[in-house]
Amino acid sequence: MPIPIDRERVQQLMSEGAQVVEVLPRAEYEDEHLPGAINIPLKELDRERVRGLERGRPVVVYCYDHQ
Amino acid sequence: MSPRAAARLESLGFEQVYDYVAGKADWGSSGLPLEGAEGSETRAGAHVRTDVPNCRLEDGLQEVCERLDESGWDTCFVLDERGVVLGRIGRRAIRGREDVPAEKAMTPGPSTIRPSARLRDVVERMQRQNLTSLPVTTSDGTFVGLLTRGDAEGALRELAL
Repeated sequence: MPIPIDRERVQQLMSEGAQVVEVLPRAEYEDEHLPGAINIPLKELDRERVRGLERGRPVVVYCYDHQ
Repeated sequence: MSPRAAARLESLGFEQVYDYVAGKADWGSSGLPLEGAEGSETRAGAHVRTDVPNCRLEDGLQEVCERLDESGWDTCFVLDERGVVLGRIGRRAIRGREDVPAEKAMTPGPSTIRPSARLRDVVERMQRQNLTSLPVTTSDGTFVGLLTRGDAEGALRELAL
């Protein structure tokens, strides 16, 4: 099960080298995103698009808010 | 959206998947920097003055007045022990009053904005409501500083937004 986390935990994971993925559409990502985050929109999230992610490292996903 | 993305990543074989459910709205509203075309410079948080005086509920008006004189500001924010904004006291509210606790003289629950608020939206609001400044707090109410209308309008002109 994916683990829900808060901002402090995100910062901790980022400092430990986690991969951060924004899953909003590209235009929203280009407007603003977390430092170092990459963009894989939810609609494009497939085997091909996740090839660049390392499976052995934590992955943090986020969108705009709780919705 | 992120819970579905996290579930999808797990289905693709990722074992350490975390879901930052509050997302970038929470990140930006806490004052942390964002990257991108609409980066931090276009947000209220980048233009906040942090030298505005503050006091506690129990501080006397005499003390508040001294802080205002020392700082050159005309406004003081009343904070709790965690730094959460409880009220605001203007110099005019103090003038001529006896030395009562700040709690008795403050205007409680002032309107605030988040550091992630877009400058152009804030300036529009300040102009519409004839405001000279707005306090900036994080999403949990912690005081960040004060955004003055002059600073906000100046930044907007410089950024040509």
